[in-house]
Amino acid sequence: MLLIKGGRLVDPASGTDAPRDILIDGERIAAVEAPGKIGKRNGDVQEFEAAGLIVAPGFIDMHCHLREPGGENSETIETGTRAAARGGFTAVCPMPNTRPVHDNASVTRSIFERAQNAQTRVWPIGAASIGSKGEALAEIAAMQKAGVVAVSDDGHPIATAKLLRQVMDYCRSLGMPVIDHCEDTSLAAGAAMREGPSSIRTGIRGMPAAAETIGVGRDIQIAELTGCHFHVAHLSARGSLEMVRAAKKKGLAVSCEVTPHHFTMIDEEVGYDTHRKMNPPLGSREDRAALIEGLADGTVDAIATDHAPHEPATKEVEFDRAPFGITGFETALGLALELVRAKKIGLARMVELFTTGPARVLGKQRKIAAGEPADLTVFSTEHPWTFRAAESASKSRNTPFDGREFRGGPMATIVAGRVVYRR
Amino acid sequence: MIHPETSAAELRIAPEEIVPFRFNDLLAIEPLHADEITFLLDQAKPFQEIQRHPLKKLATLRGKTVGIAFFEASTRTRISFTTAASRLGADAMQLQAEASSLQKGESLLDTVRTLDAMKPDCIVMRHSSSGAADFVARHLEIPVLNAGDGTHEHPTQALLDALTIRDRLGHLDGWNVTIIGDILHSRVARSNIHLLSRFGCRITLCGPPMWVPQELEHLSACGEPVRRVTRVEEALDGADIVIVLRVQQERLHEPKLPLDEYVMRYQLTPERLTLARPGALVLHPGPMIRGLEIDPAVADGPQSCVLEQVTNGLAVRMALLFLLIGHAGEDVSAAKESI
Repeated sequence: MLLIKGGRLVDPASGTDAPRDILIDGERIAAVEAPGKIGKRNGDVQEFEAAGLIVAPGFIDMHCHLREPGGENSETIETGTRAAARGGFTAVCPMPNTRPVHDNASVTRSIFERAQNAQTRVWPIGAASIGSKGEALAEIAAMQKAGVVAVSDDGHPIATAKLLRQVMDYCRSLGMPVIDHCEDTSLAAGAAMREGPSSIRTGIRGMPAAAETIGVGRDIQIAELTGCHFHVAHLSARGSLEMVRAAKKKGLAVSCEVTPHHFTMIDEEVGYDTHRKMNPPLGSREDRAALIEGLADGTVDAIATDHAPHEPATKEVEFDRAPFGITGFETALGLALELVRAKKIGLARMVELFTTGPARVLGKQRKIAAGEPADLTVFSTEHPWTFRAAESASKSRNTPFDGREFRGGPMATIVAGRVVYRR
Repeated sequence: MIHPETSAAELRIAPEEIVPFRFNDLLAIEPLHADEITFLLDQAKPFQEIQRHPLKKLATLRGKTVGIAFFEASTRTRISFTTAASRLGADAMQLQAEASSLQKGESLLDTVRTLDAMKPDCIVMRHSSSGAADFVARHLEIPVLNAGDGTHEHPTQALLDALTIRDRLGHLDGWNVTIIGDILHSRVARSNIHLLSRFGCRITLCGPPMWVPQELEHLSACGEPVRRVTRVEEALDGADIVIVLRVQQERLHEPKLPLDEYVMRYQLTPERLTLARPGALVLHPGPMIRGLEIDPAVADGPQSCVLEQVTNGLAVRMALLFLLIGHAGEDVSAAKESI
């Protein structure tokens, strides 16, 4: 048994923000009580002193790339989830753009087999179309039965409105969300950053924000047509956010996520740093302000990292030749706490964005109560620390945040009653 | 009479007189101040004299090696740099992308590190990726001279254009400069905008609207924003300097533009040139396609500076090689003395 003592419980599900002791027995929570109220128990009780720390439901990262199978040089399920645990995450959703593409249930089963040594829960996302090629529907129901929580052709938008309609019709019947990387590929072709004064100055080919907003607009219309839950992956542009806000107001089942890098950095900071190259690319100053507003007002449902490891040699190239993507697990909470410190969002809201927000999108539960699975994230809002890429648990080092100094971050990650990370 | 063995000292560019250039490399015009640009142009003056002399080879950089690494097809810039190196007495070490291991999948970094291991004293490089010279400079100790990176900058072109303008018009300050063509994809245009706006020139850009995006207005270094004009007649009105860009028909990812319409709307013709100030200069970075972006009568007319630009290119490149390598040499000797 494990007793987490003296922490401040922030649990969006019950609206709790108060000091609580939490007793964990095996894989589940046994009791949640005011400090000192949990009575003596038989057997060995280990104590975790959480005074001055926040205790929250286990964080979920609903968008990441663990690269296994096929990309084990840059990450494996084991190294990726180790990094996720260090970032405070208790569950992660790996995208299906593996080799082979995760488009059938045998790949799902193989992912779960490989996840035996995972440090966090792994809730995989399956491909929407065979090979993510945008031609024919993947075995979505079979994958769902095997444990897939959503579908997406991530990396590519679902190719045509017609196919998207089929996927959405199908997923509506399965009660599963469709996640889309929204992009008009003709506008984005060959681009390596957001189009704007910075791309003009550096001579890097840019894609306009419209490359994303056109995709979001198309998908919302198909979501309305089919009644399916549509989730916008890594939303980066103000125009996209406005469309999601309007769709929600209309009562459509539309949700979205924002990455820490998009709410932290902007296109002016790209330079020729391949560690600042990702897709969608960093937006403008106005986009960042709009995303932060969306995080605060509830338009955004989740903070998701889009953790995208790449081995060093692939990023040590000319900017336009470098692959898109940066790692994100270990810096996500630190960056979100910067927003809290700057009073852009409240602490409880931030916790929601990491917990109940993504859980709701994925049809999962996240709450702290007796009988619930003991998935907890314990973090500090004060602890000063410096992120060192070289010390990352990820196999890759492609982060723009190497050397960044943080105030506050993960202190312990507990998955099914097991402490998988402790600072 | 300048003797082939003339040293730097005899050319009145004795090292001790050289204002320390604050950069190890020349990657772009954008970070340079006006006085630094003036300094570079002044450095080119004695090298202009050499081009007029029957014996053009100096011994100034004898024993030095210039690595010339071109990862993008180029004839004139490569020859210009190679000739500049040879007239300074340096040896040129050529790397041609077509023949290099890049074709076999080697990374740019491995290729230039291999070149670096052959101990050149500087690398002149051209590459189709914006930022490629910057990337290489971050990984190599030796000076890197950018001979054009993607659609970013082509600093020596802007310097040779400025030298040409200064020779013809006496100074660089406050001219009305009109640039015509595909500005979006032009590294020459970017370097020229950065350089000339440093001297208070008013820049007007003109071309098909998809090649002249609004964001270009923010490139100017002086208070006056860059002006965008759709009609070439309006753009030429009152121009002191007209820079005509090549229409790059080989551009990737781009829908083709009807060339006949380009000729109709944007070609610099003798009639259109009369709208500019009398005696306005016409510059073209080359290679020039007569009958497309420029009428042959303008290209060969008295206002055309095209051939002077080529000659001045040698002077500017000699000055830069001398400065970057010579300066590095001083550092080495200073370091030796301190041991």
